[in-house]
Amino acid sequence: MFRSLLFIPGNNPSMLQNADVFLADAIIFDLEDAISINEKNNARNLVKNYLLTSSVLPKQIILRVNSINTEWFKKDIELLKTNKINYLLIPKTDKSSLLNIEEYLSAFEKENKLVETKIIALVETARGVNDLPLFAENKRLIALLLGAEDLASDLQIKRTETGEEIFYARSKIIYAAVDHNLIAIDTPYTNINNLEGLLKDATYAANLGMKAKACIHPNQLEVVNKVFSPSEQEIKWAKEVIKISLEKPGSGAFQFQGKMIDKPILDRAEKILVKAKHFNLM
Amino acid sequence: MKGIAGSKESNDCLITIETSKKTTIEINSIVGQFFYDQILKTVEDTLKEQNIENVSVIVEDKGALDYTIKSRLLTAIERMKEDV
Repeated sequence: MFRSLLFIPGNNPSMLQNADVFLADAIIFDLEDAISINEKNNARNLVKNYLLTSSVLPKQIILRVNSINTEWFKKDIELLKTNKINYLLIPKTDKSSLLNIEEYLSAFEKENKLVETKIIALVETARGVNDLPLFAENKRLIALLLGAEDLASDLQIKRTETGEEIFYARSKIIYAAVDHNLIAIDTPYTNINNLEGLLKDATYAANLGMKAKACIHPNQLEVVNKVFSPSEQEIKWAKEVIKISLEKPGSGAFQFQGKMIDKPILDRAEKILVKAKHFNLM
Repeated sequence: MKGIAGSKESNDCLITIETSKKTTIEINSIVGQFFYDQILKTVEDTLKEQNIENVSVIVEDKGALDYTIKSRLLTAIERMKEDV
């Protein structure tokens, strides 16, 4: 379960050594877009030695590897041998690339006696969005992350503050995620100095059904965590609803604060409490 | 043959390694007064682990942790080997 995931460039020692103190639910060590071609081996070596020698690591660690079509992919995957990586983030995922990665990973894991690696699919191409119904059921997947900047580039459109241009992609990801019990993760908000804009963007995404948001700067984490956490009022409401339902077992629908409470509402209340407990909010 | 890796940014180090007649290690560190021996040991251990001899190593350290020094040295070694 995530609310916030923070990208950290794999070649930045200052950010790496602070990775465990940021407020993010997960850290994404980036070996792909944040790293120039000449620095790929430098970043890979740094992340590897950081993972192997640091006594305190972030709660959940994600590694964004380079595309399977590149010369760096196989070397990036070698970092799984550290046994410190919880998930791989696969760029430009579509049906075909995921099948190829699954085949490579299966052989790699067998050869190195590793457990099955779970994957977060970075959906950032038109093909990736269209292929969602074809690959979202893949057993390795735990989440879908929208990459709006690359998607906009693929579509040859401009990104806007209000994000109408990514409404379709956001919706496709949310519906595929819910249908296959995956976590829908929203694209980062790239204007790092505009926290008001971030709040609007994250709130809009959360209202559509996104469950978390990727971040590109530590100063975005507080806002994102707040938006994707149940509020105090929601937790209080959920506690009371569950309490009443337990006092009236088998009674079916009932009224609370003038509103009907039935099974879908009870389910929602339970989900709020599960999330609140997970993030130590109650 | 020569290899360079890292930077002079804070918490990083710039390492230059070059083939030489004998092994020499030069350390210029902003925290050298306290950590010279530790940095030297990291460099020596990494060279030994990689079976590298007869090289000149220069470390320009800006407060890098051990794993950063090791990582930059490993990359510099890889680049030295590619520098044919």
